[in-house]
Amino acid sequence: MRMIAAAGLGLLALAFATSSRAQDIQIADVAELSGGGATVGTNWKNGIDLAVEEINAAGGILGHTIVVTHADSQSNPGVARAQVQKALDSNPYVLLGPGYSGSVKATAPLAADAGVTQIMGGEAAELTRMGDKFLFRTSFGQQSTMPKVAKYMADEMKAKAVAVVWVNNDFGKGGREAIEKALKDLGVEVVADISTEAGQVDFAADVEKVKASNADAAFVYLNEDESARILKEFKRQNVTVPLMGETTLVGQKVIELAGDAANGARAHVGLTTDAPVDAVHAFRDRFVKKYNYVPDHNGLKGYLAIQMVKAATEKMGKLDPKGIADALRGLTIKAADDPGILMDVSFDENGDIDREGFLVEVVDGKQVIKQILPKLH
Amino acid sequence: MSNLLDLVVSGLGTGAIYALAAIGFTLLWQTSQTINFAQGEFVMLPAFLMLAVMRAGAPFWLAILIGVALSAALLGLAFKRLLVDPMLRHGVLPLAIATMALSIALKESVKTFYSAEAQPFPSIAPSGSLSIFGASVSLQSLCVFAFGVVVVVALNLFLDRTSTGRQMQAAAQNPTVARIIGIPVERMVTLTFVINAVLVALASLLVTPIYLAKFSSGETLGVAAFVAAIVGGFNQVRGALVGGLLIGVVDNLAAAYVSTQYRAAVPLALLIVVILFRPQGLMGRAEERTV
Repeated sequence: MRMIAAAGLGLLALAFATSSRAQDIQIADVAELSGGGATVGTNWKNGIDLAVEEINAAGGILGHTIVVTHADSQSNPGVARAQVQKALDSNPYVLLGPGYSGSVKATAPLAADAGVTQIMGGEAAELTRMGDKFLFRTSFGQQSTMPKVAKYMADEMKAKAVAVVWVNNDFGKGGREAIEKALKDLGVEVVADISTEAGQVDFAADVEKVKASNADAAFVYLNEDESARILKEFKRQNVTVPLMGETTLVGQKVIELAGDAANGARAHVGLTTDAPVDAVHAFRDRFVKKYNYVPDHNGLKGYLAIQMVKAATEKMGKLDPKGIADALRGLTIKAADDPGILMDVSFDENGDIDREGFLVEVVDGKQVIKQILPKLH
Repeated sequence: MSNLLDLVVSGLGTGAIYALAAIGFTLLWQTSQTINFAQGEFVMLPAFLMLAVMRAGAPFWLAILIGVALSAALLGLAFKRLLVDPMLRHGVLPLAIATMALSIALKESVKTFYSAEAQPFPSIAPSGSLSIFGASVSLQSLCVFAFGVVVVVALNLFLDRTSTGRQMQAAAQNPTVARIIGIPVERMVTLTFVINAVLVALASLLVTPIYLAKFSSGETLGVAAFVAAIVGGFNQVRGALVGGLLIGVVDNLAAAYVSTQYRAAVPLALLIVVILFRPQGLMGRAEERTV
């Protein structure tokens, strides 16, 4: 009899535990935790974990605790697809990641078919042009940033002829296509189109080509480590042509790795922990305290992804996984009302983002904000 | 002309990096018929060992000494005793696969225990450039090149002109006969692994300021070094140097004069040509085996 009673109590406890678990907000993250994109994925994951810790400590979302499971895409679109399918089988509230555009492209149809909102880190222009109603960015897409970069090069740098150096992956190809179109629209000639490989060490030939092109300026669109190496090569070959890029050219890590060679490089930066915004500085301090290093823009993206889930859920006033995408579309989140979002942000019908951006120059080893580009709407 | 010279010299610098890693492939093959697919990670790891020692407060010179010693113990002795010995008795293929697994384990361990982020690494070579016939030559690359040449010459002299070196070669060529004539085969093979471990630690010291200390930096290096060793001749230490330098220069010239988009394909095309027309490699000697 005692045994039956004990078994009954055990079952009751299990049922109670299962029921409380069901009240948690289960979020799946698939990120580049190993392989070539590990820097991206690790920053993204750490940003997510910090946001989850803070929100849970403050009572969760509508009183519900967030539980995130992280899976490793190994920086491989095929593995990312398998991991996303596995994650979707557990019916997550929201899917976060991946960060690589190629992996996002491979996984977005799965999430859309399952009706699960996917908040990702990819920046390739085409991602939000696929008609996917469940896909949302955490940063500007290339179609938003490149026209601004091209305009800056034409107006401020007075460039008439530009050399474009890009990395031969989905990220680089999208950026090259967008910048070359934007430059041509402004009447700026692309005099050299130079492809490089991810993981490339020797940039002598590429820099030689920039020199030989007699360009007024060079647009450099590579991943972080390669950005540092090409900056060193530009310095070694005494190339003085002005360098312009996007976030990766002037990231914290690039400046640390390239040293003096980073000085003078300019870039449009959508997210930076050096942004002249108090909330962003406070985020950086909390991140450094927890992880002991300064995050790059991917850390901010991961942090903001969770804040987007929070804002959309609070807008709905209930936990409704199918309603998240509708809640995010057209949503404006103001930092004054929701400090976790750090800067005012709006989402359009395609899942693209509108937020303040920054034009940055590296001066004496530090990012200096030269211009603040306001929100478009 | 100065552009061409610049490209060739820069290619030689990069090629010397490949050569330093490729020497390990040829050395282990020449003396113990072992293929180590973790060779790229073997070059990556000592830099992190040195960084960890520096993080503990030690000066750079001490970190170098400790890094080299740890490398000899971990990548030489421990690698030989814990992985090569148990696997080699099953044949070369199981060992090759085991070293692939080791390469993944080393990468992921460094990422987990250190960081996924690339780290700057101090250079023992001066950071400036020299101008030679109008071409700007990086002093770091020059040092790597010089070190590669010195290592190859020294190893060739050691293997051909010393009693220990000849015993090592005899142990590799026919262990049974070597044992009969009194050569301590086990000791010779262990010595080879320790020499390789010390060399990768020194290579790591020279290469990492250029490559940056990152858990994944051995991936590209390992593949390039393997290709270089085959092109140069897997059974000749000097073949590694020739193969490495050739791959570095061809890669640069292909990027400049053929296409930057197909630059990675050109060294592989060279590899195919060499395998088809000179399978023993440019500097290698043909080997015949009894089957």
